[in-house]
Amino acid sequence: MTDMPVDETEIIRPPRNQWLDVWDQFKTHKGALMGAAFFILILLAVTLGPLIWSIDPTYIDIRARNQGPSFAHPFGTDQLGRDTLARMIAGGQVSLAVGMTAMALALVLGTFIGVLAGYFKRLDGALMRMTDLFLALPLLPLLLVIIMLFRDSLRSAFGPEGGIFILIVGVIGITSWMQTARIVRGDVLALKEREFVLAARSIGTPAYRMILRHVLPNVLSPIMVSATLGIANAIITESALSFLGLGFPSDFPTWGRLLFDSTDYLQQYPERVLWPGLAISLTVLSVNYIGDGLRDALDPRIRGR
Amino acid sequence: MKLRHALMGAACTLALAPAAFAERGSDGQVNIIYWQAPSTMNPYLSGGTKELEAASLVLEPLARYNQDGSMVPWLVESIPTVENGGVSADLTSITWKLKPGLKWADGSPVTSKDVKFSWEYCTAEGGGCAQSEKYNDVANVETPDELTVIVRFSVPKPFPYGPFVGAQAPILQAAQFAECMGPKAPECTDANFYPQGTGPFTVSDFRPNDVIQLIANPNYRDPAKPAFATVTFKGGGDATAAGRSVLETGEFDYAWNLQLAPDVLAGMQAAGKGEIISGFGTLVERIMVNFTDPSPDLGDRRATVDHPHPFLTDIAVRKALSMAIDRELLTEIGYGDAGRPTCNVLPAPEIYKSSANDACLVQDIEGAKKVLDDAGWVPGADGVRVKDGVRLSLLFQSSTNAVRQDFQALIKQWWSEIGVETELRNIDASVFFGGDPGSPDTFQKFFADVEMYANNFDGTDPEAYMANWECSQIPSPETQWQGNNMPRYCSDEYDALVAEMATTGDINERARLAKSMNDMLMQDYAIIPLVDRGRVSAHSNTLGGVVLNTWDSELWNAADWYRIK
Amino acid sequence: MFTYTIRRLLIAIPTLLFISLIIFMVVTLAPSDPTANLPLSIPSEVRAQIRASLGLDEPIWVRYLLWLRQFFWYEPLHMLDSAFGWSLATPDMQRILSWQTRSPVADLIVQRMPQTLWVVGTSYVVGVLIALPIGIISAYRQYSWFDQVGTFVSMVGFSVPTFFTGVLLIVVFSVQLGWFPSIYDTTHQVRDFGSFLFQVKQMIMPVAVLALYNAAQISRFMRASMLDNLNQDYVRTARAKGMSERVVVLVHVLRNSMIPVVTVIALGVPTVFGGAIITEQVFKVNGLGQLLIIAIQGGDVPTVQTLTFIFAVLIVLFNLIADILYGLLDPRIRYD
Repeated sequence: MTDMPVDETEIIRPPRNQWLDVWDQFKTHKGALMGAAFFILILLAVTLGPLIWSIDPTYIDIRARNQGPSFAHPFGTDQLGRDTLARMIAGGQVSLAVGMTAMALALVLGTFIGVLAGYFKRLDGALMRMTDLFLALPLLPLLLVIIMLFRDSLRSAFGPEGGIFILIVGVIGITSWMQTARIVRGDVLALKEREFVLAARSIGTPAYRMILRHVLPNVLSPIMVSATLGIANAIITESALSFLGLGFPSDFPTWGRLLFDSTDYLQQYPERVLWPGLAISLTVLSVNYIGDGLRDALDPRIRGR
Repeated sequence: MKLRHALMGAACTLALAPAAFAERGSDGQVNIIYWQAPSTMNPYLSGGTKELEAASLVLEPLARYNQDGSMVPWLVESIPTVENGGVSADLTSITWKLKPGLKWADGSPVTSKDVKFSWEYCTAEGGGCAQSEKYNDVANVETPDELTVIVRFSVPKPFPYGPFVGAQAPILQAAQFAECMGPKAPECTDANFYPQGTGPFTVSDFRPNDVIQLIANPNYRDPAKPAFATVTFKGGGDATAAGRSVLETGEFDYAWNLQLAPDVLAGMQAAGKGEIISGFGTLVERIMVNFTDPSPDLGDRRATVDHPHPFLTDIAVRKALSMAIDRELLTEIGYGDAGRPTCNVLPAPEIYKSSANDACLVQDIEGAKKVLDDAGWVPGADGVRVKDGVRLSLLFQSSTNAVRQDFQALIKQWWSEIGVETELRNIDASVFFGGDPGSPDTFQKFFADVEMYANNFDGTDPEAYMANWECSQIPSPETQWQGNNMPRYCSDEYDALVAEMATTGDINERARLAKSMNDMLMQDYAIIPLVDRGRVSAHSNTLGGVVLNTWDSELWNAADWYRIK
Repeated sequence: MFTYTIRRLLIAIPTLLFISLIIFMVVTLAPSDPTANLPLSIPSEVRAQIRASLGLDEPIWVRYLLWLRQFFWYEPLHMLDSAFGWSLATPDMQRILSWQTRSPVADLIVQRMPQTLWVVGTSYVVGVLIALPIGIISAYRQYSWFDQVGTFVSMVGFSVPTFFTGVLLIVVFSVQLGWFPSIYDTTHQVRDFGSFLFQVKQMIMPVAVLALYNAAQISRFMRASMLDNLNQDYVRTARAKGMSERVVVLVHVLRNSMIPVVTVIALGVPTVFGGAIITEQVFKVNGLGQLLIIAIQGGDVPTVQTLTFIFAVLIVLFNLIADILYGLLDPRIRYD
């Protein structure tokens, strides 16, 4: 993704950093700009939020339970009297960190395997049968086995929180790369028969450069879609994991968990469902727009227009 | 509560009086929802509550417990006792007399042979009968005539009402199950799904783990009952949805075990379509304290008696942990009317209930701090108490369940107030209770410092239950981690009481023994009881005759149910 | 292409055998236990007897070989017997029995298939039918209000999990309005128009929830892929040749944009048979998804193994179909 095809215009004009071009194009995309701004806002809120809103998210004030929004608790409190705003902030840190990292891992794995399988005919059979295997594995028993085998050793190696983070990200990553891999492979199969690839190959371009310069940029858009969907998937999956005892300790809030816990109170306290639901949706939406903008910006055909 | 039950029972019989003249099947259809779906109709093949209760519509025992926990004759004339000569003086045999004229749903007569067969079926080698414990020590079952059954025990049985009593040990039809003994039991799918019974209903369509349809038993012993012609017994989903379908949408008439937050339940009841009913049994939510060291550094010998726990062996710490807990508040938040705070691990029946430990009902944070101070545990720089380099830092595990996680969070906060640091862990119930020797997360292995779950016992006799905390019940690698003594509590005095109870027949003496065992566990703080949990169910406003029974199947009196018009 | 298909089918056999072994190892190693759901009042000796009666004390490889023999030899014989009234299977040829229900797993699957196909199948078809036009129009009119609304709805649809949307629909349409039943009746049979109407009513909510989720995903891939192709040179050429816009978009661009969409759809079809675990739970549809999750929770190895293996067969099959479709969509793709 780092090397872009060289534009003809660059030869005539004085050389100009292509990332500036990308940025120029990205700037013209209103949705992408708004998405990026919003995403940065969310990131700032969850990282700097605890400095401003200093209530401990696990502190129980039992007299203040089930309160609606008020000055003391802008987002209200939950069934134990914990402050929802503080929990949203703390939950956001976890959910975003897990969502981004797990998505990135799945994407890198999926793209790598997909490109290899699509581009090198020798690897195709083996890699795709492996993909079939991973698609077929029953997720829940697999997770239980993974907890049993790795939780304690990771915990002793990286400490309770670090170990669990690695475990969750690893688990989500290795169980959700398959779709990306299949999609990327499909596109690569079609792409490598295109004229420009044949042309590049006929002048003896080595395989790694073929992939980086000609193949990858052209399969970017399905990868971007996978990234958007992957983030939503990872945030929700993380909450499902904590029910198996694989996630963070139960008093550790995450957005997915807050959403699940408040679903029972949908009728009594509908606003409680709203916050985590909105947070997840808006995050995914902003990532989606960033993805749209990036894709356009990285596409030399559009950038040239 | 007892009085209320008695009154409710009386009210129900009064209300029932007109219905008694009604015709069988005149009230049409009744819909029951269990959020866990039954997987078979044969309670001997699966001991799950959902299967027992579904099967109790069809299969019946000789005698069962009523809503007060007293035994009532069901298929027999009367309850045999030593006084009426039904139980031999040496306590080694019990004689049951079947009611005459009983018929199976297919019209064939019920005989003592069927009763004897049920014992043979459950104790056959290789059958994996889930209820075989009910038939412990049965040496022989004799059938001198069609209606008489004599059960002979190999040892004196002070409480001879295990076999053929309660929803766990009903009577099967010999003719139907004759080919299904031992290893062949699972192959008889038809018999297991469509058993012949003496109960008010008989299965017309069984879809495992989904839905059961039943019709009124044409040969039921009371010609006017049951009032309903058909039953749909739907399974699956979750407690919230089950409650909603009875209390809010009115699609179902009866919903089982609505273990929901009290305010959620109250909100549902406000819709006005149904009523919530609750009753108490012996189920106690408790924290088990680990007397052994679960540290992973100990390898294979972790959580075994070889390594005593670094600080939980100090009674001051255990006592402080218990004192810091506000049981009233836990009950209010987790169970509402369906729970009450308790200081006993044996909360019922009434004669076994000790009042010696009731001081624990009041939370005493300051007192707990003082206990720790006096024992030499002083707060360190981070607020966590330390003594001789040992920090009061706990790992607290439980199964995954919304109420349990709320409890964990609350208790963690109280413990932090007295200077004890807690890390929480929740484990999927199928693993936690699974007992797989390969998994580190089972409640038997107890690789944590404290753990929370609930337990109870069948029927009303606590002998087997109290024997759980004998030294010999301690789980260890040698026993493949089987055993019920989770705290690894071991006291010669306690073992002596267990042995004494096994040979004592007098009910008052038994009560004294059980109480002193309970008090011993409580005053040693080996078990920290939290809440005496009741059963909460709901029925629609148009369903009459429901009497909630926590000692037997909830559907025990389905024959008396009727439609309020 | 034909020899390629044959070769892939032949390779599928060892692949599937290998997959079945891995699945068996995972399912068996998983620490959930068939006696976990029993009340704690049942003592551990009885639990040990129950495990023994299920054959759990046999070594793993014996159990695996038994399952293989049952699945590939005994079950087909029993199926032939019941289909044609033959008696090929002898009584000692034990079928695969579920540990929970002690009944043949194949019967359970047959029993669960209708509701899963009705609900999950319909929702998938509906989802695809909605997604394709939305994806095409969104791409063709990029950044129009239609595209913006479509993006918003599909992102919300994908990021809000079905356990929430399902409950929301139930609260609104069953509890408040009372239009649809909140509990699916699996015994309902469609006989006439009235009963068909009831079937539609009880299907609407679960189908809507699942269709939204599926459509969200597929429409995003459709849109992205269309956008890639709309700027290609061949589109300009086609337009220059004077082809109608309709032909350009719906024939040339669409055909070239289908490869990722075909991949996603092919990956989704096996999951239809796997059922929708959460949605089935929420609406009590009790289909294959619910069968699988209950079996997993109950440590019911034969049921989990059999279901997952059938699932694996479908995955291998549909990925093969996708590969063949690539060749048809883009004749330049060759595998030989």
